[in-house]
Amino acid sequence: MYRTEDDFTTSIDWITIGLYLLLVLLGWLNIYAATYDPEVNYSIFDLSQNSGKQLLWIGTSLVLLTIILLVDFKVIDILSYIIYGFIILILVYVLIAGVTVNGSKSWLVIGEFRLQPAELAKFSTALALSRLFNQNSTKQLMPDTILLMYAIICIPVALIFLQGDTGSAMVYTMFFVVLSLMGEQLSGVFVVIGLILGTTLVISLLMNFTAFLVLVLIMGFIFYFFNKKKIKNFIFILLGMGIALGFYFSVNTVIDRLKPHQQNRIKAFINPDLDPLGAGWNVTQSKIAIGSGGFTGKGFLEGTQTKLNYVPEQHTDFIFCTVGEEHGWIGSFILIALYLSLFLRLLFLVNRQKTKFSKVYGLCVVTILFFHFTVNIGMTIGLFPVVGIPLPFFSYGGSSLWSFTILLGIFINLDASRRLVL
Amino acid sequence: MRENKIFILQIAIVCISVIFIIRLFVIQIIDTSYKEEAMNNAVRREIVYPYRGIIFDRNDKKMLVANTSVYDVMFTPKKLKIEDTLHFLKSFGLSKEEFRQIWVNACDKKKGNSYYKASVFLPTLSTQDYARIQEKLVNYPSMYVNVRSVRNYPDACMANALGYIAEISEGQLAKYGKENYQPGDFIGFSGLEKEYEKELRGKRGVKYVMVNVHGVEKGSFLSGRYDTASIAGVDITSTIDLDLQVYAEKLMQNQTGSVVAIEPSTGEILCFVSAPTYDPNMLAGKEFSKNFKKLDRDSSKPLYCRPLMGLYPPGSTFKPINYTVAKMLGVLDTNQVFPCARNLVNCHGHHSSANFHTGVQYSCNPYAYFVFKKLLYRGKSSNAFVDTRLSFEEWRENVMKFGLSQRLGIDLPSEKAGYLPTTKYYNKYFGENRWAFETIYSLGLGQGEILETPLQLANIGAIFANRGYYYTPHLVKKIGDKVTNRKEYLEKRIVYQDSVFFRSMVNAMADVVRAGTATMARSQVIEICGKTGTAENPHGKDHSLFFAFAPKDNPKIAIGVVMENAGWGATAAAPLGSLVIEKYLRGEIKRTYLEDYVLKGEFIE
Repeated sequence: MYRTEDDFTTSIDWITIGLYLLLVLLGWLNIYAATYDPEVNYSIFDLSQNSGKQLLWIGTSLVLLTIILLVDFKVIDILSYIIYGFIILILVYVLIAGVTVNGSKSWLVIGEFRLQPAELAKFSTALALSRLFNQNSTKQLMPDTILLMYAIICIPVALIFLQGDTGSAMVYTMFFVVLSLMGEQLSGVFVVIGLILGTTLVISLLMNFTAFLVLVLIMGFIFYFFNKKKIKNFIFILLGMGIALGFYFSVNTVIDRLKPHQQNRIKAFINPDLDPLGAGWNVTQSKIAIGSGGFTGKGFLEGTQTKLNYVPEQHTDFIFCTVGEEHGWIGSFILIALYLSLFLRLLFLVNRQKTKFSKVYGLCVVTILFFHFTVNIGMTIGLFPVVGIPLPFFSYGGSSLWSFTILLGIFINLDASRRLVL
Repeated sequence: MRENKIFILQIAIVCISVIFIIRLFVIQIIDTSYKEEAMNNAVRREIVYPYRGIIFDRNDKKMLVANTSVYDVMFTPKKLKIEDTLHFLKSFGLSKEEFRQIWVNACDKKKGNSYYKASVFLPTLSTQDYARIQEKLVNYPSMYVNVRSVRNYPDACMANALGYIAEISEGQLAKYGKENYQPGDFIGFSGLEKEYEKELRGKRGVKYVMVNVHGVEKGSFLSGRYDTASIAGVDITSTIDLDLQVYAEKLMQNQTGSVVAIEPSTGEILCFVSAPTYDPNMLAGKEFSKNFKKLDRDSSKPLYCRPLMGLYPPGSTFKPINYTVAKMLGVLDTNQVFPCARNLVNCHGHHSSANFHTGVQYSCNPYAYFVFKKLLYRGKSSNAFVDTRLSFEEWRENVMKFGLSQRLGIDLPSEKAGYLPTTKYYNKYFGENRWAFETIYSLGLGQGEILETPLQLANIGAIFANRGYYYTPHLVKKIGDKVTNRKEYLEKRIVYQDSVFFRSMVNAMADVVRAGTATMARSQVIEICGKTGTAENPHGKDHSLFFAFAPKDNPKIAIGVVMENAGWGATAAAPLGSLVIEKYLRGEIKRTYLEDYVLKGEFIE
């Protein structure tokens, strides 16, 4: 298990590293532009400003990345559960001694710095899940293994949900996608049920009960019309309709339990023009910022909507607004293309993995990054409700940048070590 | 693990990316409304009010009208968020009703305002008032402040001639057009401010500033690419001598009437006093409405511009005009002597007869009576009525040459023409061919239906000073660096040319002051020529009139003084006029006893 310096450098996937560095660098420039004050004219290196701090996070992240790449992959494999357990303990600790920011009790304060452990739980969960898959490499998964998998995912979800960080908790749905992609007997049905539930979720937010009931009845009738030969199908359809209706009620129950600002955000997503100064403010302003960018954008530091604070959270969750406003459609296109390249490259790497551990882990990385990308950009252009999750490598924030760096770094290490596993 | 599942994931990633790029294409390129909204959001259009032109006095150094800064607090109804109405009203010292008024006005589309547009919340705050509410504005980030300059009058004089500026009315807005004015703009309402509005106004500029979400200014938009500078109004140089004006106003402070002084060689008005007057600063600033109401209701009518609008019978000051007309028509023999026949008209002084010279010097009424008789009975017909009518018409025509019964064309609005009766008037009043000299002889004494303005009186002084011509009196000398733009003020208006006659007339007028009816106006150092008048006033005490010019040769100043209800011209208007002349020619008053007498103002025992 010794590897030479030469082996190490040549086996690392430099394309991924390059894309990662490019995104981090562009993110840093846009963080500077997002909160740039034309009257004060801070330097991009000013440590009292977001861009200066981000530079610190970038520096530490690069150190982290180097360390992770130097660590023997076997160590990672062995330590998976320990790291997972450790992070879970921290999450529990946050629930007890965490600090509340923006309505979520999800921050730990260490000296001058604030850390969001929920971010770190993503890679630890991914590690634990991969390890479990690796240990049960037989084709047929035992029911108790499946149950364990569910537990590994649901424990951090529950803890993060309790912290009030709904956005981060939602990311964990991606692990179920990985499960369905990996596990033979978890396939088909799981994806279908997920899709149905997802659709029902959106529909039940849009419709009142009567309209929903009519829809369910029509759907039921259509299904029955095409499948009326078997009595068994009829029972299934009735059962499906029952589940749908039950889900409708449960969604409304959940919505009613949500905090008012979360309820408003969901309502505003459905119709942001209803209350452009209230709940729809974020989406409206975000669209104005991006929409006003035009084809080529207003130019670096020339954006008005972001730096004048019309877009809230313009350097964290709404960082894409700065890209859209200052660099226009072209800039947005290039950024999306960069992410697309990264995702496709990572999927290529997943395909060439030889162990189940690396495959599962790689899939976790891609799906988590993809989820962030989709929800984050989707919300800025009004395609998704506002969910407070960052754009990977791009948004301001130490915790998220570290977390994504570790997440990605481990996979690059695993990939670089794939030939050693024989 | 199946390859096709990875493939599904790849498809999903590509699909989402493509959806994003299409969506971005729609909102960034196809839909242009976001660009407008971004402008509305973050860019505020601010009007840069131009500096209104200053009005200098004739020596170009002292200011009659200057500017100071005031602050308009602006608000946009749509953006105003009030959490605690009571606290809000208290912060700005408004009552509920006042705030409601402001709100209604701000949303009134007829006035060019709108719910979505910034309108004036608190107008014209002084620097002190602004400092007081500045910290309260922080709580209402959508409000902002426009700095504007308002008029300021360092010597607080000549209010009536300067006029005032005020917020443009709806009617004016419709008349002058939206491209020139906007609601809330100030416009000259009277006096020079109105007459020279176009020159003084200047041109508004527009500034685009970026404001952040809290309404705080964050520098100019695109480095000021779309800004237009405001163009300051042109400064105007008046013909007024500020020191003289202030002095004349001081003399008139407890009087009612007018003092107008003219430089005869140019028609430039040196002082223009309307009394009682008011402090023009009262009508600048936020107290405008309150003060205007107060002045408007004042029974002494301080807003009334008497030199232009006050109409008085000229009394004896009219006699020299009649004599000149008699000379023009060839019916005056300066050597002819008439008896002072006090059975015809009463007279004053101790003379038994009068020739032209003494007739003027002592203002002999019978002499004037006989001259006027000669003017109206000129043998144009054997019928006395017809003769009178035909002679009257010729007489009237020639009197008009003195600028009576017509607007002189001063550069101020609302000048009155005065009045000379017409044939038509007498025909209507007495019946056709039922009036003759005996019916209307009082015209010869400057009484009867004849009415003139103090400006016309002063101009008559200038005509005699010039020996037969005048320039239209005016108040503005230069506009910016350009010497007055009005051609008509450079035109010499000839009344009559006869140097021999005018020499005897001027000599007689000099004797009026030296040893005639106006001895109170006599000065040891300046040879003043003049003529007094006492106008009978059916409504009360006589008006005191005096016109004069000095020095006798190459006169530098001509003056007309009218003092209402002050009795004889000799004891009120003449000494006052003489002091104004002394002040102008000598720069100081040596005759302090006379000054004290005039200031005391007890002209009637």
